Formats: sequence, C-alpha cells, structure tokens
Amino acid sequence: MGIVNITKTYDADFVKQVEKESGQDMSLCYQCGNCTAGCPYTFAYDIPVSRIMRMVQAGQKDTVLKCKSIWLCATCESCTTRCPNNIDVAHIMDVLRHMARREGHAPVPTVKKFWDSFLDSVENNGRVFEVGLLAAYVAKTGRFWTDLDLGPKVLPKGKMHFKPHEIQGKDEIKKIFKRFEEESRK
Amino acid sequence: MSDSLTYAYYPGCSGAGTSMEYDMSTRSVCDKLGIRLTDIPDWSCCGSTPAHTVDHSLSSALSARNLQLVEKMDLDTAITPCPSCLTNLKTAEHRMQKDEMREKVNKLLDTPYKGGVATKSVLQILVEDFGLDALKKSTIKPLKGLKVAAYYGCIMNRPPEVMNFDDPEHPMAMDNIMKAMGATVLPFPLKVECCGASFGIPRKDVVMKLSGKLLDVADDLGVDALVTACPLCQMNLDLRQTQINSATGAKHNIPIFYYTQLMGLALGMSEKELGMDKLCVSPRKAIDAIGKEEKKIAETLLRRRLK
Repeated sequence: MGIVNITKTYDADFVKQVEKESGQDMSLCYQCGNCTAGCPYTFAYDIPVSRIMRMVQAGQKDTVLKCKSIWLCATCESCTTRCPNNIDVAHIMDVLRHMARREGHAPVPTVKKFWDSFLDSVENNGRVFEVGLLAAYVAKTGRFWTDLDLGPKVLPKGKMHFKPHEIQGKDEIKKIFKRFEEESRK
Repeated sequence: MSDSLTYAYYPGCSGAGTSMEYDMSTRSVCDKLGIRLTDIPDWSCCGSTPAHTVDHSLSSALSARNLQLVEKMDLDTAITPCPSCLTNLKTAEHRMQKDEMREKVNKLLDTPYKGGVATKSVLQILVEDFGLDALKKSTIKPLKGLKVAAYYGCIMNRPPEVMNFDDPEHPMAMDNIMKAMGATVLPFPLKVECCGASFGIPRKDVVMKLSGKLLDVADDLGVDALVTACPLCQMNLDLRQTQINSATGAKHNIPIFYYTQLMGLALGMSEKELGMDKLCVSPRKAIDAIGKEEKKIAETLLRRRLK
C-alpha cells in the first residue's frame, strides 16, 4: 500500500454518501483491526476490510469502489458482530458494492455475473431455478467447465430439476424488478 | 400437542433441489413431533445474497412479498430451515421498521406489507418451543456412540441484534439437540467460521480453502460426521468434498448430515424418508457407528448365555 495524498484526493461527498446509505458513522472506526482479524476472506482481498474503513474515512472513492474486496465479501457478519464500536461493517461493504455497481465497476467479473444470473432466474421464475442458473452463468462467462466434475455425483441423486417451478405470482416478482429499475432511474 | 406449535413454513428454493433431504427430514421430524407446518402459499425467492448486494429495497421487497403472504394466513410466526432465507426475511422485517424504508419497499410490491411477522429458524423453535427435555423423551433410538461436531455457519446467529437467537460466537442449539438425542458432541472451534458461501461457482478457490479448513479441523477432532443447518454449508462440505481433496491433497471422507436427518434417525425414522441416499459422501460408516458398542455387548451376552 503506497502513500495516499489526501489533500489531493479527499472526496467529502463520498464519505457523506456512504454514511447516508449505510446509516453508519464512519468516524467511529478507530482502526483496531478486529474486523480484519476475524474476516475469513482477508487472504483473497486486495484491501483488508479495516483498511477499506480507513480509506472511506479518507474519502478515497476511486480506490474503494474499484477494489476487489467488496465483491468477495460474503456478508458472513464476523466484522459486524465483533466491532467494538458497533459499526455495521458488513452493511458498509454492501453499500460500497451498491455504489460500485452504479458507477459501473466490476473488478471480479465472475462474481457479478453469478449474482446477476441468480437474480435473472428469480426475476423470470419467481424462485431460483438451479440448473437454469448454472446454464445462464456458463453462457455469460464462457466457463463451460464450471463444476463439470460434479455432474456424475449430483445427477443420480434426483435433486436437479430441468424445468423451473412455476409459481402463480411470477408476474408480481417481475413487477418488483421492473418497479425497482424505474425507481433507480429517478 | 398444543395449537401453539403451528407455523407458516418457508422451504426456500434449494429445499426443492440441492437441499431436498433437508426439506424432507425437516418435514418428517416436525410431523413426528406434532409440529404443524403450513406452507406459505405460492411463496417466492427471498433474493438471497445476490439481492442485498444490489440494493436493500429490492432485497427487502423480495422477502416482504412472503411476509405479506404470512399475514394473510393468520399466523404470526414463519419458520424456515435455511439460514440465508432466515437472514433475509428477518432483515427485511428489521429494515422495514423504519418508515422511510417501509415506504420504499412497499412501492415495489403489489400488496404492501404492514409488518409484525416473526421469522425464526426451525432450529430455534425446536429448542425454544418444543424443548430439549421433550426431545429427549421422544428419542426412540439414541444416537449412542456417534461422535459429531456441530457446524452452524456464519449467519444463523449473526448479527445478534437481528437474529436474536443463541450465542453469536458460540452457539449451542444443535450441540444440545444432538446431546439430548444421545450423540457424543465434540467442541468445534470453527462452528461459526464461513465455509465460502456462494463463491463455489464464481470463485471455487475460496471455498476450497475455507471449507477445506473446516474439514481439516473436523478430521483432527476425530468426528464420525459433521452436523450442519445450512444448505450452502452442507453443499460446500459434502458435494465439494472430493474437489477439496483434489485441491488441497487431503483425504477427507467425512459424512455431512443435516441435523434434522440425525434427529429423524433418533426418532426411529427410516433412512429413506430422511433422504440419506441424497448425500454425496456416504453416511454409512457414521450410521453404523450408532449403537455399535451396545450391539457388541448384547452379542457377547447372548453368546455367553448360549454356551
């Protein structure tokens, strides 16, 4: 991690926006590092979670919204549970990926494509259609070898359905997504 | 059995697919114990992790559609076996207590949700409403001789302000159920450590490492099996166990049960109705360990008598 010149890159609006969307007071973080110590994903992160907290305090919008960590957080709630100042850190991580999405950043494309495929499945069927979700993910990423080895294990178990479960309220769910799109454009 | 043991039931999407043995065993166990489950009619997906990573009003709307259906059922409590569904339904209720969020979410819904439905895990009502003493009394075939460790996963009890059940760092509900039904429960230090969750498909390496660590510790403890309460944890540990072995060079062969499956055995149910054949790692050696010592003693006594 290099030196950050905050006199040049401090974005006060970014700090305010994170606080508004998450309902958390960023100034409460005193960098004890408890969140990072407990985070199971630190090994996969490019910026550890406590450092992300510091970067937000320092208004480093670009670095934070372009980092991989916010896409690799599983919302396991270790950080939130263990923060001595009761900051809902996992909520902040969630809000940061909402903002990253809006700005068009997706530095871990497989994760975004997986989540998008999942939500497409919900939007189209009302419930998740597992086989369809995997097929859509493979089509989006071209990663046709994804879990190919698990096929012979799972198919004989009779768990996988090749048709989605139809629900009556399918259109209600479609409308939730449609209204959400409309509200987001406002 | 009293009327109070009637609940709206939310099976969750995976219950109809990859975790069908969890759904099967949950329904059979509840039926056997006189706990009445009424499926939420035409329930839909809670949005799971992907929805809350996009937006909290979207996530809450997908969950609240189901809570609003519970309101119509004249029941005040919904229960679900899946911790991911649980967390979404509970979080939606929690967030919608704020007027601004409630208005935002209700704008997305056909029928607005007023609020007030309590969502609990099946695990919670088993421990709190049915009770451990009653479970002990209902046990027909104790799980004697079976050494298990209970793995809760990350979100069954966290964050504590929202989940309001058991200890967020050291939950005991499953440990206590297994003990009450006769199993030997070993203390599992990683009981709330994340297994890698839904990264199995987009970032398999992450799951290999995190679930691999859980299996390593389970093997070090010398358990016959791990007991889980989450479809995603179970899938990562069971279905992906061979992948983990190839990725890490380990030789794990640990059966991964849903706690309801073992409860079912203790209640005298058949392996078939508990979906034991749906598990990937064969549960045979663990099931055969149940009552093994007693069987041996009985055989010895019989032989002596015959002499």
